[in-house]
Amino acid sequence: MSRHVDTVADATANSDLEQPYAELGLKPDEYARIREILGRRPTSAELAMYSVMWSEHCSYKSSKVHLAQFGDKKPETDVLLVGIGENAGVVDIGDGWAVTFKVESHNHPSYVEPYQGAATGIGGIVRDILSMGARPVAVMDPLRFGAADHPDTRRVLPGVVAGIGGYGNCLGLPNIGGEIVFDSSYQGNPLVNALCVGTMRHEDIHLASAKGVGNLVVLYGAKTGGDGIGGVSVLASETFDEGGPAKRPSVQVGDPFMEKLLIECTLEVLHAGLVEGIQDLGGAGISCATSELASNGEGGMHVTLDSVPLRDATLTPEEILMSESQERMCAIVTPAKIEAFLDICRKWDVTADVIGVVTDSGRLVIEWHGEVIVDVPPRTVAHDGPVYHRPLARPTWQDTLQADTSNSCARPTTAEQVTSTIFTLVGSPNLAAKTWVTSQYDRYVLGNSILAQPEDSGMIRVDEVTGRGVAISTDCNGRFAKLNPYDGAKLALAESYRNVAATGAAPLAVTNCLNFGSPEDPAVMWQFSEAVRGLADGCLELGIPVTGGNVSFYNQTGTVAIHPTPVVGVLGVIDDVALRTSMAFVNEGDVVLVLGDTYDELNGSEWAHVVHRHLGGLPPRVDLDAERRLAEVLVEAARTRVVSAAHDVSDGGIAQALVEMALRRDVGATVAVPSDVDSFVYLFSESTARVVVTAAPHQVEALESIAAQRKIAAVRIGFVTAPGSELCIDSVFGETVCLSLAQLHDTAEATLPALFG
Amino acid sequence: MTLGMRIGVVTFPGSLDDRDAARAVRIAGGEAVALWHGDADLHGVDAVILPGGFSYGDYLRCGAIARFAPVMEPLIDAANGGLPVLGICNGFQVLCESHLLPGALVRNDHLHFICRDQQIRIESTTTAWTSSYAAGQEIVIPLKNGEGGYVADSATLDQLEGDGRVVARYVGINPNGSRRDIAGISNARGNVVGLMPHPEHAVESLTGPTTDGLAFFTSVLAGMVNA
Repeated sequence: MSRHVDTVADATANSDLEQPYAELGLKPDEYARIREILGRRPTSAELAMYSVMWSEHCSYKSSKVHLAQFGDKKPETDVLLVGIGENAGVVDIGDGWAVTFKVESHNHPSYVEPYQGAATGIGGIVRDILSMGARPVAVMDPLRFGAADHPDTRRVLPGVVAGIGGYGNCLGLPNIGGEIVFDSSYQGNPLVNALCVGTMRHEDIHLASAKGVGNLVVLYGAKTGGDGIGGVSVLASETFDEGGPAKRPSVQVGDPFMEKLLIECTLEVLHAGLVEGIQDLGGAGISCATSELASNGEGGMHVTLDSVPLRDATLTPEEILMSESQERMCAIVTPAKIEAFLDICRKWDVTADVIGVVTDSGRLVIEWHGEVIVDVPPRTVAHDGPVYHRPLARPTWQDTLQADTSNSCARPTTAEQVTSTIFTLVGSPNLAAKTWVTSQYDRYVLGNSILAQPEDSGMIRVDEVTGRGVAISTDCNGRFAKLNPYDGAKLALAESYRNVAATGAAPLAVTNCLNFGSPEDPAVMWQFSEAVRGLADGCLELGIPVTGGNVSFYNQTGTVAIHPTPVVGVLGVIDDVALRTSMAFVNEGDVVLVLGDTYDELNGSEWAHVVHRHLGGLPPRVDLDAERRLAEVLVEAARTRVVSAAHDVSDGGIAQALVEMALRRDVGATVAVPSDVDSFVYLFSESTARVVVTAAPHQVEALESIAAQRKIAAVRIGFVTAPGSELCIDSVFGETVCLSLAQLHDTAEATLPALFG
Repeated sequence: MTLGMRIGVVTFPGSLDDRDAARAVRIAGGEAVALWHGDADLHGVDAVILPGGFSYGDYLRCGAIARFAPVMEPLIDAANGGLPVLGICNGFQVLCESHLLPGALVRNDHLHFICRDQQIRIESTTTAWTSSYAAGQEIVIPLKNGEGGYVADSATLDQLEGDGRVVARYVGINPNGSRRDIAGISNARGNVVGLMPHPEHAVESLTGPTTDGLAFFTSVLAGMVNA
């Protein structure tokens, strides 16, 4: 078999050949620019590389100009060891420990093929963390699906959950949290985001750069196959068209067993000091790894593509360059250490091959069967992609939406109506127990999971001797972001920040996954720019830096985009995990308090969504100064052991928070609505900067004093009762509402199994 | 005193709970010794744990490939000679594939992977790994498996029951469709135990639902002192 391969010589000779750049996702002006860079037409291999690397997914061409704010508005901080731009940011958590964490989207593949899409989402983010030199220690999944009762949700959700479990469980990483949200806006565009956190000592941090002329480029891990070709350009950077061809061949197929070997093998070669630079292979495969390593290092690399081990011998060089086969890594190794490196790969049964050498030519040269098929300046592929200032325009419907407040929705006015509203919300898909999902994930493996779902944050012990640990939460309310994207991003940040502080950890750093519709729609671009501005301003105000993140555009079907969904992950540090605060009511007689102030804020609330299918008005006010003071109270209260439980008040308001605290360990409480407020507003408003806490009777005053020092309102509303008792709320429109924990439990637990079981 | 007692923990490619098993051994007061699948040498350890995980990706059949690892040759001989061996989850599967224990583990009857805090009853306290429990003691330890349904033919099940070789049984919920609610069994001599739930995840109050699992590890250490 001899198919003619398009060489650099060919491209120089017949420069006018028509090329299929549009099919590869490149726009005419982008193609023209490639020709300008090279001074000739690109070879088909070069065209393949530019097309994947200049895709929206890899190049951030529409988002770059906005994302710069995260750097421009970066707060004064000394916690960042590695900032934005590397595979993942690295944060100093003290005692010589560093933590790296990042969220990425795998939305489009998961819609096409839910199991493999979700599975390889985990695989990809884990390799990002690994390539920083860290041991991955936990994963979390922020998920968004269409309406819970829609038939397609029944296709997508079980596959996504099984894929996350199937891959993560087999990899040996505890899944400690995340979100599951249903909203019809995600019907054709589910959001499958995956977060991974890794830990390392400061001296173990590694970067992706090809340093040292003469050093060897080693490709190791799985062999390269024909799966996932064009995943980033075909799937992640275009909208789906109704009736278009199925794009299943563009989805990668994962092998978690190989990834587990890759983790152990990689950590062993790193700790043995055998690696000069390292990069994972994910989106855009070898094209990305070679061009980024070369661009970050000496500037040149010579690759012999024939040396890449293949699963399918018929693959063309273009396909090899674009393949997104999973479980592969690329390392830069000195000739003196190559044998030791290969020995460790053999120990772990991991295939490893030298595919190239670092040069100082300033060119990335790739040859195939003795002929040069790529000869490009690597920086033009990896970093100098197109940058777009896309037009943006505040949507014409924004004013109408904001004017349509929830005041038009009928509110409960009797105790009986409040009772029935509580049960309706407790059993609604977004608030119902997620046990059916989370019981499919291993939360115990590695033996350092301190808190896991449904707690406010996941918490991992980092140091088994000192007890130092980290807490992580991810949050976003897409309805709030739709009502006001600027505030919506700040609200997502505020909630995540509060969730971390509620467990007793001090918030330290931020990651994000910005899920939006098409950047070619000025209204979407306005939402995006507002959300980024809000998040950057919010992080500056709270004094915690953004360490990195991910943008996922084109989450829309036809002209209908998803709710803007800037998922925000906050990482916090706790000196000793023994001092963590759980959300559960535990000790009979403990006093229940609400920290923070409640206002009449029900626009975009879970109540309006579930009971009235209503979305309009302005979202709750965000007060980051209050959030910061509240977090200080929570951290101080945990450290001085004056708090016995804490739970963030958000979706569903105080009523839902109380129910969740009672159901966590099946322990009840008796509380009363304060006399000066409307019962409905008090129980269901979603005002921010609030937490329900409990404290032992002899410690309540100490807790109140901590709150008073930070000017945070602390109001006693009742006390914890006995295990198995009821949750009783006095003074609800003049009556007492008593809810059976068994009945609440059954209501909360029944919903997901009934839909998906 | 249990000081100086050395318990080997085997790492196969794809083993996941090997660190946890080693930690449990240390917390129980023993010394954990890492054993490598490719090394046909037990390095003189006093007992061996085959940890949970997905050895060889659980490809072909859970435990079917690990059973042929070089380390298994001396291990099978030593187990037949009385060396205490505990197989947890995937380790249980390996023990069945090695014919050190009868029966097999099949896919959960509900077809989902399940992770939950599971109540079990210790049915036999005469094994090397359960002597520190009280007969009939009910404990809660994590369970996490996709293929944890214990099956054997009726004659084998009757014999296991008759010989007192059912080590632990699920209480309340049978999480995977195991015959006769069996969570763990032993060989005739009582030195080899296979257990589907994970005692190594219940040895610290901070990370486990309880510390009920610790007695599996203190049992074997106490047994060695008394031996």
